[in-house]
Amino acid sequence: MLEVPLWKKIALWAITLALAAAAIPSLISPAVDGMFADGDAPQVNLGLDLAGGSHLLLEADPDEVTAQRVENMEEAVEAALEDASPAIEFGDTSRAGGELSFMLDSAADIDRARAVLEPLMMGEGLRREWDLSVVDGQRMVLEPTDSGKAVALNTAMEAAVEVVRTRIDGLGTREPTIIRQGDNRIVVQVPGLEDPEQLKELLGETAQLEFKLVDKDALPTSVQAGIAPPGSQIFPYSPESNFAGGFEAVERLGGIRGDSLIDARAGIDSRNNENIVSITFDQQGGQKFAQLSTNNVGDRFAIILDGEVISAPVFNEPILGGSAQISGNFTAESANKLAIQLSSGALPVPLTVIEERTVSAELGADSIERGLIAMLIGSLAVIALMIATYGRFGIYATVALVFNVLILLGMMAIGNFTLTLPGIAGFVLTIGAAVDANVLINERIREERKRGRRVVTATENGYKEASRAIYDANITNFIAGALLFQFGTGPVKGFAVVLIIGLATSVFTALILTKMWVAGYLRAKRPADLNI
Amino acid sequence: MKLLKLVPQDTNIKFLKLRVPFFILSLLLIVGSWAAVLTMGLNYGVDFAGGQEVRLTFEEREEAPVGELRQLVGDLGYGSPVVQEFGAANAVSIRVPLPEEVEGTPGAATEIGNEVIAAIDGEYPGVRTDGNETVSGKVAGEFRQSAVLALALAMVGVALYIWIRFEWQFGVGALFALFHDVSVTLGMFAIFQLEFSLQIIAAILAIIGYSLNDTIVVYDRIRENLKKYRKMPLPELLDLSVNETLARTVMTSLTLLVALLPLLLFGPASLFGLVAAITAGLFIGTYSSVYLAAPLLIWMGVNSDSFVPKETEADRQEKKALGQL
Repeated sequence: MLEVPLWKKIALWAITLALAAAAIPSLISPAVDGMFADGDAPQVNLGLDLAGGSHLLLEADPDEVTAQRVENMEEAVEAALEDASPAIEFGDTSRAGGELSFMLDSAADIDRARAVLEPLMMGEGLRREWDLSVVDGQRMVLEPTDSGKAVALNTAMEAAVEVVRTRIDGLGTREPTIIRQGDNRIVVQVPGLEDPEQLKELLGETAQLEFKLVDKDALPTSVQAGIAPPGSQIFPYSPESNFAGGFEAVERLGGIRGDSLIDARAGIDSRNNENIVSITFDQQGGQKFAQLSTNNVGDRFAIILDGEVISAPVFNEPILGGSAQISGNFTAESANKLAIQLSSGALPVPLTVIEERTVSAELGADSIERGLIAMLIGSLAVIALMIATYGRFGIYATVALVFNVLILLGMMAIGNFTLTLPGIAGFVLTIGAAVDANVLINERIREERKRGRRVVTATENGYKEASRAIYDANITNFIAGALLFQFGTGPVKGFAVVLIIGLATSVFTALILTKMWVAGYLRAKRPADLNI
Repeated sequence: MKLLKLVPQDTNIKFLKLRVPFFILSLLLIVGSWAAVLTMGLNYGVDFAGGQEVRLTFEEREEAPVGELRQLVGDLGYGSPVVQEFGAANAVSIRVPLPEEVEGTPGAATEIGNEVIAAIDGEYPGVRTDGNETVSGKVAGEFRQSAVLALALAMVGVALYIWIRFEWQFGVGALFALFHDVSVTLGMFAIFQLEFSLQIIAAILAIIGYSLNDTIVVYDRIRENLKKYRKMPLPELLDLSVNETLARTVMTSLTLLVALLPLLLFGPASLFGLVAAITAGLFIGTYSSVYLAAPLLIWMGVNSDSFVPKETEADRQEKKALGQL
């Protein structure tokens, strides 16, 4: 073992120093960090439990997505059947139970209806997204297939992630992390945000905006009683509006949806100092809105947000410029919130907060400080113990330990891993356990010497015989760590990351590096006896 | 320089002499632990029970008004809260369990959380909110499931590895020792009603790792000695192996202990549970490696032939042929 080829020495030192150097940017305190503009070098991310901030887990209800899909299908079916020549008459439409069903007026139309609807049943790449069946001769049932549901959910979630991102950016917070998790969840992490109330409100509403004409013929008494005239729908006023508790009947068809907005800004109406949100339509939406207002000058239309009426003003004149103002008893804050929500577009599906963790920056900083102090004291104690017990071999182990910590930190920086509070415990545990390899080796060398083996043979045997147990122990530890990584979440995952990387680095430093140093010592000094 | 020798050389402690009483003690510990877990239950934190945990610091006071807070939050009508001092005399953690009837409602925990914080903010304007965790019933259920799965898979996974690397008896012995360690740790958490959270699962997995580390070192030496001393009676051989590795066992336990103690004493309050569990596990794991993992090998009939290649039919024929010549 005394012969370590030069290339191997150079390679080992190069790896060691390169990885340890990667730790340096993370060790420089943030005050000095300003000098390295933008921090190009990778640094260890601090978890929210150390940096302070909010973590939210949002969940979408897949049934909501399906319900919405069935609703859209109803519109498509209506249009398709009416466009057929001659038009196919039908009625008794139902969307109950996540499927769409309706009755054709004449059983003779079944084949024609089937032919018209069949193209609607297929998705992209000829994937069947709906099952079409006929029951009792003339009732048609359209049921989304499992793959159709999965595609719809996936599309909705992808869009939802984008909407969430735009809304959080609108808050002006720094570096939020927004990740899709599983089929129907989104993880949101916002460092530095200590009061997630505003964020939760912003994400808790879909912000589906609709403009619909008020039904002029509806009787106020029956509207208040919740009885809608044919072709109309009743919506309540929002509790924050001027008419909280009131209702409005609006025409079901012929409205405009808010997805045709390209911009929304909060502002103040100069005439009455009221808070308003001004919106700009895209070209298509602007044309529709111009048409709607031109045809209905003097009539009222309702501005509906998530199923609640904000206000129901009158079209005083045709609105042709493609932009409009919404007023509705807003405060500056609620107008701003609505503007962010509208310009991000509506969430395709409602999201619920199912997990929330917030840590203040003070507590995070306190945790780091206490963790570092404890780590320092612990390291010094371990080092003192090792040197007192194994002398020169203890010093090798100590230097290896220092490199171990640096390389571990460097690898976390390069891999862009997150250091959490339990991760600090993982560091301490790694410091305590990394020396185990050296303990095993050194105890073995002592034993071999006691049995009368010569210095070089004893050292060789020490490394060889101890390696078996060291590898076995590290592999089993790796199994436990990998499972923790797989099943753990958030901070606990950070613990697993440190443990797993620490296993690899400690084998490298405690076994491979110390072996090189010990070999160098034995070759240079050729000691006749070992003080171990 | 005179070097420190924590364990004198050539110890010859008859560990295995007391194997039967210690094995009975271990069995009692396992049974007692599970009895405690089943009768007293684990004091689940928000991770596993769902609900709300908020941590506050009363910056203008010496001591947090624990009794008043219990009253205030209890009056909100979500069951009795757990109010504990946390890290400092003027810091508390308040845990509000999730009422059973809303466990299935996804947003309920967040709403209750908002209400609790609003009530405290109203009563004590100077209070600083250090942290807030809200976990819905659904997520808590998933955490419970994955925790059980992770622990079970970890134990089985490492036992399988040992079986492959050693012999089946060693795998069973290691698995039983791990089961003992996990059981006793759970029992401790039940008896002292310490908060049981996701962090504790991390701690238990770390304990599994380090207990196994000890077991492997002892087993490795047993395997080596089995090959070396073919005629030595097994109890004697196990004693020899444990004694030979004793210096290492003590030294490693000690380095881990001196690394962990500062974290336990001066570390952040939110790590206390995790570090306390690992520290206790250090002792439990070392004990189980010596008094469970090793003696079990005697009862499962390990002998020196376990690691010597068996004579195959071909060998015998070859011998026969040679004999005939």
